[in-house]
Amino acid sequence: MKIHKYDTVIVGAGGAGMRAAIESTKRSRTAVLTKLYPTRSHTGAAQGGMAAALANVEEDNWEWHTFDTVKGGDYLVDQDAAEILAKEAIDSVLDLEKMGLPFNRTPNGTIDQRRFGGHSRNHGEAPVRRSCYAADRTGHMILQTLYQNCVKEGVEFFNEFYVLDQMITEEDGVKRSAGVVAYELATGEIHVFQAKAVIYASGGCGKFFRVTSNAHTLTGDGQAAVYRRGLPLEDMEFFQFHPTGIWRMGILLTEGARGEGGILRNKDGERFMEKYAPVMKDLASRDVVSRSIYTEIREGRGCGPEGDHVYLDLTHLPPEQLDAKLPDITEFARTYLGIEPYTDPIPIQPTAHYAMGGIPTNVEGEVLSDNSTVVPGLYAAGEVACVSVHGANRLGTNSLLDINVFGRRAGIAAAEYSQKADYVELPENPAEFVVSQIEQLRTSTGTERVAEIRRELQETMDANVMVFRTEQTIKTAVEKIAELRERYKNVAIQDKGKRFNTDLLEAIELGNLLDLAEVMAVSALARKESRGGHYREDYPNRDDVNFMRHTMAYREVGDDGTESIRLDYKPVVQTRYQPMERKY
Amino acid sequence: MATPVLDKVEAEASASPYITVTFRIRRFNPEVSAEAVWEDFQLEIDPKERVLDGLHKIKWDLDGTLTFRRSCAHGICGSDAMRINGRNRLACKTLIKDLNPEKPITVEPIKGLTVLKDLVVDMEPFFQAYRDVMPFLITKETNEPTRERLQSAEDRARFDDTTKCILCAACTSSCPVFWNDGQYFGPAAIVNAHRFIFDSRDEAGEQRLEILNDRDGVWRCRTTFNCTDACPRGIEVTKAIAEVKKALITRRF
Ligand code: SF4
Ligand code: FES
Repeated sequence: MKIHKYDTVIVGAGGAGMRAAIESTKRSRTAVLTKLYPTRSHTGAAQGGMAAALANVEEDNWEWHTFDTVKGGDYLVDQDAAEILAKEAIDSVLDLEKMGLPFNRTPNGTIDQRRFGGHSRNHGEAPVRRSCYAADRTGHMILQTLYQNCVKEGVEFFNEFYVLDQMITEEDGVKRSAGVVAYELATGEIHVFQAKAVIYASGGCGKFFRVTSNAHTLTGDGQAAVYRRGLPLEDMEFFQFHPTGIWRMGILLTEGARGEGGILRNKDGERFMEKYAPVMKDLASRDVVSRSIYTEIREGRGCGPEGDHVYLDLTHLPPEQLDAKLPDITEFARTYLGIEPYTDPIPIQPTAHYAMGGIPTNVEGEVLSDNSTVVPGLYAAGEVACVSVHGANRLGTNSLLDINVFGRRAGIAAAEYSQKADYVELPENPAEFVVSQIEQLRTSTGTERVAEIRRELQETMDANVMVFRTEQTIKTAVEKIAELRERYKNVAIQDKGKRFNTDLLEAIELGNLLDLAEVMAVSALARKESRGGHYREDYPNRDDVNFMRHTMAYREVGDDGTESIRLDYKPVVQTRYQPMERKY
Repeated sequence: MATPVLDKVEAEASASPYITVTFRIRRFNPEVSAEAVWEDFQLEIDPKERVLDGLHKIKWDLDGTLTFRRSCAHGICGSDAMRINGRNRLACKTLIKDLNPEKPITVEPIKGLTVLKDLVVDMEPFFQAYRDVMPFLITKETNEPTRERLQSAEDRARFDDTTKCILCAACTSSCPVFWNDGQYFGPAAIVNAHRFIFDSRDEAGEQRLEILNDRDGVWRCRTTFNCTDACPRGIEVTKAIAEVKKALITRRF
């Protein structure tokens, strides 16, 4: 076991982690721990753009952007945070440009902007061009640019280090972050990182679904680590299903395709979104479009022999436009489906995409241990966190924005904190949990296989807590997850070695997914209303009287060691906007 | 749009898709043996699946010790460059049906970098070469503009191709010059230098050119085009290297 001491430790090297690192490295001695290499992070998969009311191509302002964000989130958004997001968006984009990001340009040389779902002029009048983009690889360009600037600033990375535990020390009844425990993939060695401040920026947890746009590595490790230590998770029932994933594979096809004029059609060739969203049509918010697609499919208007998908039609767009603006996604269609998007429509279905919920934080990125108490020294930003700027449904292009705005804020706040704070004493046996977890898996003689449990988990999640949910389906999922958690105790791995033991880490990742799937299902069961990405067929309306509040889920361990989830609720911050019915 | 009849994807999907293929994988685990060996695995797979799906089937159902890197599974993170049937490709972007599944599919680690376990190689020298070309925008302005710097669409287009790089190392590890001499910067580093040299906003082109003028720099390139063939992002790597060579001679870029 090795012990390291840093002022600030950042967990994860995607957009939020590296944006934080650029700030934090200038102000404090910082280490960035990533289970991949920084440029492998899933920020690189984001395609369409980053929203900011630059007004480069038409009238726009941050207040309209704030409104769209609040409405898009079905009024579960904390409005103070949304206002910061929309206001700071402009400088965030300009900062990236100055760091070298090659945005697409307008004829007069400024940053070009395009339309995106849910972004409108003047509170819903018509779509507005707000998304700043670099072809259909905006996330890739953000990830590369941030990494380039980390190289420039000399940011210290620990690549292929898996953070497996959060150290919390309680002093005078106050929980404080003492640092993290990590596992080095190359050697199997355990490292304790003592740090005055820790920032989680480890991304999402979409791998508990089968059809998902998420990378294999998005297993919610950060959320699980803090949850296991008694800290709450907020709004985990809200998961976004992106309307256009490649049929059966789930690979993302950007909403920018519809921003460029692409149209969704059912088996009769009908542009069905006109029925569901007369103004915004194909550019309604993602939850609305995904539900519309499944409604078409359920009512027998889906395409193909099994009627289980619809089409994304780009055939009316000039090939030059597709080549210039959507080169990557058209290539995905060619590579993975053998389809030529110039002439043939692309089969798509909604794909599990983004966790709106996560580790609760305030607008400085400080993690909360209940509705208002800050955990000194602990921060989170990006998809792992819940500020909450996305509420019940995130708008497209607001997550690349989120990681930049709140990654920067968390980086500054954490570094400033670590400049004035002292180290918190390490817990007595800091690596105890990780050592025993690893030993248990390495020596287990159980009969269960990781892959089988994961398959069954993904099947039950796809079948029961996807776009449409009912009491019945969610209960089925809760029971199944409980069964799988039992069986997980009996899981065994084949690789017993120390070097690059990815077999072991997949087992640990599965444990994280199981924990989070349970939180998600239990939170969803209790929310007896429909709001944003959480749609209950048995409660099809939004219920502001009873459910205009964030869910806070806590892990409880009884005296006999039995685990359970306790749900509590937190008020939504409302400033300018009163809840209205949501129409697109 | 085309009339929504049964298109070919869907027609294929309705027939039973599975075939039996053999994966012949180069295995190496220094904890077990100092020797690398070939090992065969037979599996049932839909030919429309990826080589990565095949590797997962092996790891998940047959042999958990098989080790490789991967993340995104659709060709954008650059984790899984490997030598498949003797050619460098991304496992997640190579479909079984494009490989002649009648014969064993060989999978080996990329060449020129030290193998650490099975398909995992030491990427550090590769990233070091990347860092050596100063892969970040450098400007001399003391007064930063308050708004964005302007750039015409034409100027933006000049380096568009080289912004696509995902640092997968398929190019560098397919280069015979790099195999013979690991000191050579390799195509990926030159691609990333190109991305800045030809960016109208950048002001350190001269410095980067000097770095690449080194004896381990661009002049080592013998234009074998392996890199261009290997690049999963379709970057015209050889052309980018040629543009850098030309800029070195004319000092114009
Ligand atoms: S140039 Fe192409 S092959 Fe080379 S590292 Fe970049 S993406 Fe990979
Ligand atoms: S797994 Fe990301 S490029 Fe293949």
